[in-house]
Order: sequence, then structure tokens, then C-alpha cells
Amino acid sequence: MKKQLVTCTINGKVRENYIDPRASLSDLLRGEEHLHSIKHGCDVGECGACTVVIDGETYNSCIYMAIWAEGKNITTLEGLSTLDGTISDIQQAFIDEGAIQCGFCTPGFIMSSLPIIESDEEFTRDEIKKQVSGNFCRCTGYDTIVTAIEKTHNKRKAERAKK
Amino acid sequence: MYDFNNIYQPKTVKEALEMKKAHPDALLLAGGSDILIQCREGRLAGRDVISIYTLDELRGICMEDDGTILIRPLTSFSHITNNPIIKKYIPTLGDAVDQIGGPQIRNIGTIGGNICNGVTSADSATTLKTYDAILEIASVDGIRILPYADFSKGPGRVDLREGEMLTGIRIKKDSYENTFGKYIKYSMRRAMDIATLGCSVNVRLTEDKKKVDRVRIAFGVAGPVPLRALSAEESLKGQLISEELLEAASQAVMADVNPRNSWRASKDFRIQLIKELTRRALRSSIEQAGGEF
Amino acid sequence: MIVGKAVNRVDAEAKASGTAKYVADLVDRNALVAKVLHSTIANGTVLSFDLDEAYKVPGVVKIVTCFDVPDKQFPTPGHPWSTHKAHQDISDRKLLNTRVRFYGDDIAAVIAEDEIAATRALKLIKVEYEEYEPILTYEDAMKDGAMAIHEEKPNNVVVHSDYEMGNFDEAIKEEGLIKVEGTYETPIVSHCHIENAGSYAYMESGRIIVVSSTQIPHIIRRVISQALDCGMGKIRVIKPYIGGGFGNKQDALTEPLNAFLTSVVGGRCVKLFYTREETFVCTRTRHAMKFFIESYVRKDGTFAARKIKAYSTQGAYASHAHALVANAVNGFRMMYPVGAIKGDAYTVYTNLPTAGAMRAYGIPQIGFALEAHVDDICQKAGFDKVQFRRDNMMQVGFVDPFTTIACHSSGLDECITRGKEYVNWDQKIEEYKNQTGDIRRGVGMAVFCYKTGVYPIALETSAVRMVLNQDGSTQVQMGATEIGQGADTVFSQMAAETLGFTLDKVNLISTQDTDVTPYDTGAYASRQTYVSGMAVKKTALSLKKKICEFAGYMLNRDPSDLDIEDNNIVHVGTREKYLTTEEVAMEACYSLENSNHISAEETHHCSDNTYALGCCFAEVEVDIPMCSVKILKIINVHDSGKIINPQTARGQVHGGMSMGIGYGLYERLIIDPKTGKTNNDNLLDYKLMTVLDTPDLGYDFVEPEDPSGPYGNKALGEPPVIPVAPALRNAVYNATGVAVNAIPLHPQRLFEEFSKAGLIK
Repeated sequence: MKKQLVTCTINGKVRENYIDPRASLSDLLRGEEHLHSIKHGCDVGECGACTVVIDGETYNSCIYMAIWAEGKNITTLEGLSTLDGTISDIQQAFIDEGAIQCGFCTPGFIMSSLPIIESDEEFTRDEIKKQVSGNFCRCTGYDTIVTAIEKTHNKRKAERAKK
Repeated sequence: MYDFNNIYQPKTVKEALEMKKAHPDALLLAGGSDILIQCREGRLAGRDVISIYTLDELRGICMEDDGTILIRPLTSFSHITNNPIIKKYIPTLGDAVDQIGGPQIRNIGTIGGNICNGVTSADSATTLKTYDAILEIASVDGIRILPYADFSKGPGRVDLREGEMLTGIRIKKDSYENTFGKYIKYSMRRAMDIATLGCSVNVRLTEDKKKVDRVRIAFGVAGPVPLRALSAEESLKGQLISEELLEAASQAVMADVNPRNSWRASKDFRIQLIKELTRRALRSSIEQAGGEF
Repeated sequence: MIVGKAVNRVDAEAKASGTAKYVADLVDRNALVAKVLHSTIANGTVLSFDLDEAYKVPGVVKIVTCFDVPDKQFPTPGHPWSTHKAHQDISDRKLLNTRVRFYGDDIAAVIAEDEIAATRALKLIKVEYEEYEPILTYEDAMKDGAMAIHEEKPNNVVVHSDYEMGNFDEAIKEEGLIKVEGTYETPIVSHCHIENAGSYAYMESGRIIVVSSTQIPHIIRRVISQALDCGMGKIRVIKPYIGGGFGNKQDALTEPLNAFLTSVVGGRCVKLFYTREETFVCTRTRHAMKFFIESYVRKDGTFAARKIKAYSTQGAYASHAHALVANAVNGFRMMYPVGAIKGDAYTVYTNLPTAGAMRAYGIPQIGFALEAHVDDICQKAGFDKVQFRRDNMMQVGFVDPFTTIACHSSGLDECITRGKEYVNWDQKIEEYKNQTGDIRRGVGMAVFCYKTGVYPIALETSAVRMVLNQDGSTQVQMGATEIGQGADTVFSQMAAETLGFTLDKVNLISTQDTDVTPYDTGAYASRQTYVSGMAVKKTALSLKKKICEFAGYMLNRDPSDLDIEDNNIVHVGTREKYLTTEEVAMEACYSLENSNHISAEETHHCSDNTYALGCCFAEVEVDIPMCSVKILKIINVHDSGKIINPQTARGQVHGGMSMGIGYGLYERLIIDPKTGKTNNDNLLDYKLMTVLDTPDLGYDFVEPEDPSGPYGNKALGEPPVIPVAPALRNAVYNATGVAVNAIPLHPQRLFEEFSKAGLIK
């Protein structure tokens, strides 16, 4: 099918890609942008491994058409590290809490946690669970993942309060 | 990559309706959380689609002058849940759609898509039924108004005629005023699941809060399409609030439902759930309305 | 000490930053796409194909069918090959099969330029079958006159085995025995690793290279060579990071066919990535088993005799076949090795998806049956459930008469004590007596024992290579694989510990490449920390000796006076520092007089095994009218010997408990009883627990040093899944008085059981 220009912001940079209009956003991000943190575990929006943040909300990029990304602001896991490659606090928390095993679901979980850790609201553990309930993990039993998010949320809140 | 034959991308509703007229067999692609999956599975592969997801004029919630609440069909589930009008006047609806899938699905999935795919398990459908929602359906020839009650035509089939698309969902003031409700989704998991049974109830009590002035009950997966328990509602009207009322309700709804056996659950188990969820949802609704047992 | 410390995983940063590469991240973007055509009948024979329409799809490169593949059957399971014919795995499938044996069998494959072309072509292939009635239960498969699913096994029994310890018939003559019988059933479940099965393959200079998501690269190389009938040297298998395996990837899945497919398109790169649906149906499952148990117990609460008859539903192909149910009936004996015990086990072909290895290999099945049965015994005879177990369970010094595996260490008694405390057992048992009402609570528990490796059933061998870098660090190459469980991390700790290096001086190569990686059979059983860990220790000692020898040459000292500590060459007694290992490594590499590229490679042929033990305690709340179970409290307490890394160990326990809760309450593959088609081959309909369904997971370790383990350690990877389902079943029994003898305890089943018991009217 005739390719079509899609212009959007990906990890802070304006990107122009000519894509097949039948492509999913994950096709664009993995295939054109080589952002391999986006994983495919089901291709039908059930596993959450391809989660990205678009204009502040989480989406499964496998069931989001690439053409819909026109003008949007998209963040993937790669966008959380600073330009010099330093990883962010939420990534470090996943490491420190032992929330990573096979690692395949990890990028999706971290992306799903962003609306929480970037929020000033209080969240109970159950509310944190709800925000990442669209992501499956078979390795960890989830416990340490929830703890990593909880701790990062509290840390960021404390940092913001200081400022 | 999705296997579409063609994908049309209208910029306005008017353009979308023209495309729908020109390509009557084309599928309307809203959030896609249903259509794209069926395309991937092969059931809808190779079809023409009209992508309407980016038509922002079909998005949002507002209150009209007469107090009618208008929900545009592309409003996502999460936006419905977090909308101040919904929170204030029809929290049951916000709560119902907050139980769909997971956060990502609630961000992409639209209420219009949820009711237009016509499945009996749609979580928004039962609550829209109990609030007597009214649909605005457009085509190049104009607007057609249809009670949601008359929309379902069978499993997966709705009353959308050639060239038509849903453009609005309205709930009238009388329908939500002084009315309190509860939706219970019974599923195997607390997220990422479809309802084994869904039950939405709302009540308006008499001024002394002793009696039921109006009760509306609807079920998902209790029949081939989402359905209202009209005979049960009629029999409960004007009744005194009591434990017996709950029991009577759980028996009365049996005349209105038609659950079936499937590999997901047996008919008998669904009947058990219909009774139990009716009791629990009605109790919660009455308690929220200030009624005491 | 680095061993025993909760250090972060060595691969965690790569995984947290998204730089860790999995198979799909490495494949050439111009690779051809292969898709397999799966049969739409469960039992039959392919008569012919009509490929005309399919070939008309633009982009289709080649279609191969079951009539085009080598006429050669091969085995798929991830076992070390046996050079004794009698012990070899069963060769019962071809790359594509004319004889269709389950709904989803591989009958043809399309290779195309892109996915849409491949998928469209698949839909256009017309197949003519001769169709037979599907045989979907072991009962039907074993009936007289049942059609043979494989002609080599006319009665569909893959293997039948039995044993007797003591004399059962004599033992039951004892007076005053209480007889308890029970039948217990476990479901087919799926591994549900989040990365599906998949590989890509290409050719280079006449050799086939397969990059795959596998737990067993060296074994995959052998299986491909058997399937393609070519020398092993012609095959190269590479395993990068993988997104979980849990035993499913301890089997040749897409690799042999993919190796063949690249060879029919001139060695062009072909990718064969299974969808989630294919991963559910066309890879492997956990065996459904049914157990008939008969026990005779004395009034003092000890076993006099018991026997078990076990039927394991294999599905269409043998894969790991009888090894699992044999393990199960052995586990029946080992947990309570008292009295006369008789075991009888059948593995039976059916027209169902193929069962294979899955975490704990037959023991979750027997664990459920046996521990449910023990509660039934205690209930019937009025025994204390904990004391009965304590009085009969395996003790240190036990040597299994059939396998010769000895109990070298046991902390089980202490595990039970801690589990009891955690749920406040004694008080709750009292509190929950005589409950009425819709909502009721209960407590339950279960114990287990688990063999760490596969000795003496199969070969246990592992090799490791360590190369000293000029900066005094080492590259460690191992055939043992990281599949998410944390193997790379604990091996790094072991290497650092033994070498006297700091952890940052150990670079463990995570990728296996059969061209360069030393041999190891791979990640299965709970063998790697035990077997491969010993190979790490042995190789590290060898490398250390060579470093000290060179340092001795440099210092003109006796190497036996030297040791390594924190990357320094020190005096073995005074700990005085002489040199850094970097100085030694630099000199060894670049010395003009005595250049010596220091490396070490050792094989550990393991001839021992050991039991890990433990328990689960749970408290539940049952909502009877809603037919639902809520876990209020749950803990696993493990004796896995010394814990190498508390952080990764906790991860194994959490993950196993989660899988165990799923096994007990949620998961089952649902097969249509008429057609054999899998109804719930996706993550929406297969009820893998979400985070919201998961309770807080308690865990604890009792750490007796195991004298046979390299660092006092024994199995941990698999055991956590074992005791959870029976503990939950027993807790529901305690709460409601309803003994449910099949898992999962999903709402539909509870509805039926509660209705039968009169709790729901």
C-alpha cells in the first residue's frame, strides 16, 4: 500500500516516517525507529509488553494505528534515559527491587507506571496494581514490581515537595 | 501490519459519512480494540476500513440545556470515568467502564465501539440500558434518533443501516436525577477479562426512602444481547425496602433472562450469578439512595 | 563473601534500559516470513493440497507441505541424548506431518516476503483430509479397539511402568488399618512466558545458523541434526536473552522446521515467530494427570501401605513423555517413604496439544493429589494435619531404593514451624471450626520434596570456560542458560567468590553460541546452580591455580603460598598483598619471556543429586454464593540449602507461588470435547493472573548447608510452584467442608461442588 508521512514526537524529537497506512504504531517504533524496548507478546492488546505513553496516557502500541500518531507526543522506554544514557529512577528501582527476571515484560510495566510516578496524588498499593493491571508478568508474581513503583512514586513526591 | 484491503481516513464527520455511503461494506474503525483484534485473528482480514478514531468532534461529554447528558461515541472509557459530569450524575457508568480490560484498553476503547459491536458482555451496555440511553445516528441523509433499548438486533448485530454511524449517546435528566446505581461485573479475574455475567441496577426511592419508586435492572451475558429485566422492574415498583425485596427481585428477574451454556460457564451457574448479583447490586443501590434494610 | 549476598542481577540494567536484545530484536529486517499451516481437524490424514490460489498471492516465495519434508521422524525433548538405544527419546514426528494427530498439527508452511502475504496464502491453501473421530481422553485412547494415533504404539500407551517398595499385599493385612481412597485430577495448563516461541534461520558457507528463544541451545543443535539428517557440525544455534521458558523452551519447537525452511530458499534468512495462539496450542503444555490413590494408615498416624495408579495424558506427540508421570509416582514414594508403596503409571497418546516439560516436571500434579489425599486421610481418621505429615515425611539419611538419591539435608521441620507461625495456624484451626453463613474462612497447608537435578535418570554434565583478560577480569562462557531465573547472576557470584575477584571483574557471557560455548545441557530441572555451579567452581579453581602459578613465576615464589583476594595476589597465610591480578594478567599476556594466555576449561560430570524441601501455608476466604476464593495470607517456606542470592531467590519463590496460585485457582486449557480445538488459546480467555488477582506473597528460607551442593545449595527454580495448589484446596476444604479433588478451583467447579454439598440451593 502507498506509504504515508506520519510526523510525531518520539522521545522528545520530531520524527518523520513514511509508513504503510496499515502499520501499527509498534511496527513504526520497532521497524522504523528501532526502538526495541517495545515487545510483542500477543499482538492483540492483551499482554501489555508493547505499552507506550502517548500524550500522557498509556496505550498498547500493537493495536494503535501508526497513522493515528500524527501530531502526537510518544514516549517509549528508551526515552526515559538521559541523553548520556543514564537510566531513570524508576528503571533503577526495578533493578534494585529485583523486579526484573526474564525482562520481556519490563519495558511495558515501566511505561504503565509513568502516570503514577508522575502524579502528585496518593496511591494505595491496590491503586498502583490497577494502573499496571493491563500488563502480564509470568516470572515475578508482580510483588516486587508494585514495590518498585510505590517507592519511586514516594521518592518523586518527596523530591517535588522539597522544590 | 494489519491486513486491510483499503484504509480510508476522513478528516470530518461529514467526510466519514460520505465515505460510509460510498463504501457501505467498509468497517468503521474507532479505537480498534475489537476490530483490529478480529483483523489479526483473520475474521475481519482483507476488509475495507474507515478510520474515524481521529475525528475529535465525536469526542467529549457535555450537559445540554435541559440537563440531558450527551456522550460523544469516541469518548474513551477512561475519559468517561474521569469526567466530572459523569462522576457527579452517573457514577455507575464511570464505574462500569472502569472495569473494562486494563488501563491501556480503557484509554483506547470507545463507548461507541463498545455498544456498536453488539456483544452481550459489553460492560457499558447494561448501564446505558438501565439509564434509558438514547442514540443519535447519522448518515448523509440526516439524523435518526433511536432508544438504545431498540438498538440490539441479535448477537453482534445492531440497528445501524447502510451508510449510518453512531454520533451521540444521550441520557435524560429524569433518567439520572435522584437515581443511584451499581454495576457488578462478575469475571474470573479482576482485570483483563470479559464478564461471565454483568448486572447493572439503579433505583429512585420514594421521598420517605421507604419504598422503591423506580428500579431498573439490566444484565449482560444473561441472553444473546444485553437485556433489561422489565417484568421484574414492574413487579418491584412501589415495594417496601426489605430483605424480602432482594429475594423477590432475585426471583423476579428469572422471567426476563435467558442465559445459556457455553465453555465459559454453564447456564445453571449463570442463573446462580444472576440471582446473587441482583441481590447485591440492588442492595447497594438502595443503600446509596439512603434506604435502610 | 559474594555468595549469599543480595546483589542486583548482572543483566538487570540491560533489561531495564531496553538494550537487552531478544530474538526478534536481532533478526534482519529483510528476513522472509514463514507461517505454519496447522490442521483444522484433530485426527486424520492429509490426502492432498491445492496450492494454486495460495501461490497467486504476490510475495509468496515458497510453500512446503508434509509431502515435501524428509521422511524421517525425530525426537524433540530437551534431554541429554542417550547412547543406549533403550533410553533414547521417542522419535515420533516429522518436520510437517501427513498423519494429523491434534487440532493444530503442522502440515504445511508458507515462506513469503512479508507477513500479510504469508497469512493470506495460508488462508488460500486448500487441504483434503481423511478424517477420523478425535480421541481426546486417555480413557478413550486405551479402550479396546481404539484407533492407534501412532502406528508404533497400537494401544496408544506410550509407556507403562510400575514399582513396589516392600510388599503391599502383605502390609495391608495388618489389623486395625484405616483405608482411605481418593481420585485426583489436574488440568492441562500453559507456560505463558511473555515472549512467544520463535526463531530465525539462515545459511552461511553451507552451514545452518538458527537463532532461537530456547533454554537448551546445545540440545537444539542435536535435534536439528537428527531432523535434517546432517552432521551436528553443520548446525550452529545461538541463544540470546529470552523472555521466559518455564520448560516449554526445553523442547525443539520452531527450530528444526525453520532450519529446513532456510535450506529450501537458498539459505536466505527466514523468521518463524509463533503467535500467542500458536504458542498456546502448538508448542507444549503441562500434562493433565489423573491419580487413583489408596492408603492404609495405622491409628497412630503412620502409613502402613499405599498405592497409586497414575494416568498421564500425553497429547499428540511423545516429547518428554513418560519421564513426567514417572517422576510423579516417584515423588509419591519419596515424600513419605514409609510403609509398603506401590506405583503404577501410564502415559497415553491422545489427539490433544502435546504435553512436555513444565516447571517442576510432574511434581505439581502429584503434589496436588498427594497433599489433598493426606488432608482427606487426616479428616477421615481425625489426625492432626501437621503432625501426620511430620510423622511420615522424608528424613535426613533416607536413600530412595530405586533412584539411590539420598536426603543429604533437611530443614523441612523448621519450614513447617515457620509456616504455621505465619498464618497463626493453631489459633485459626480453632477459630474456623463450625462456621455457618455465606462467607467462610479456612487454613490449609502442603509440603513437598523435589529432586534437584536429573541424576541418575539421565546424564548430568556441564562445562565452563574462563579466559583471563589483560585487565585482570575474566570472561566466563557457559552452556548453562539464563532464562530469566537469574542464572547469570548466581554464576557470576560463584565465579567471583571462588576466584577471589570482585563481582565487576567477572563478565559472564549471556549468549550461548554452540560454535564457541562449552557444552551444557541447559536450563531445566533445577540443575544449573547445583550441576553447572559445580562446573563454575571447578573451572574457577583451575583458573585461579594458573593465575597463582604465573604470579609465582613473577614473584619467584611457590604458587602454593599464594591466594587471590579482592583482585590481589596475596600470601595465603599473612594475606600480605604482592601484586594485583591486573599486573599478573598484563605480564602473562605481553611477557617477552613467557607469554601465557591464561584460560581454564573444565567439565563437571555430576554423579549426585539432592532433595529440596518446603511447604506452603495459606488462609482463604470463600464467598459461597459467588463461588469465589480470596487468599488472605499465603507463604512458601523453602529449604533450598544455602541461598546464593536472596534477591533472585525471592524472585523464584514469588514467581513460582504465582504460578502455583494460578494452577490451584485459575488456569486450564479448555479443549472442545467434540473437535479437539482449543477454546482459550489467548491471554483473554486463558486466565493467567493479573497483578490485581495476586495477593501479597510471603516467603522464607531455612538454610541448612547441603554437603553435595557446590556452595551448600540445592534446587530452588521449580519447587515454589509445587505446594501452593494443594494448600489452597485444603484451605477451601477447611473453610467449607467441601473437598474438591480437581484443580483449578475455578468458580464453575466451585458452583458444582457447592451445589452438590448443599451449600448452594
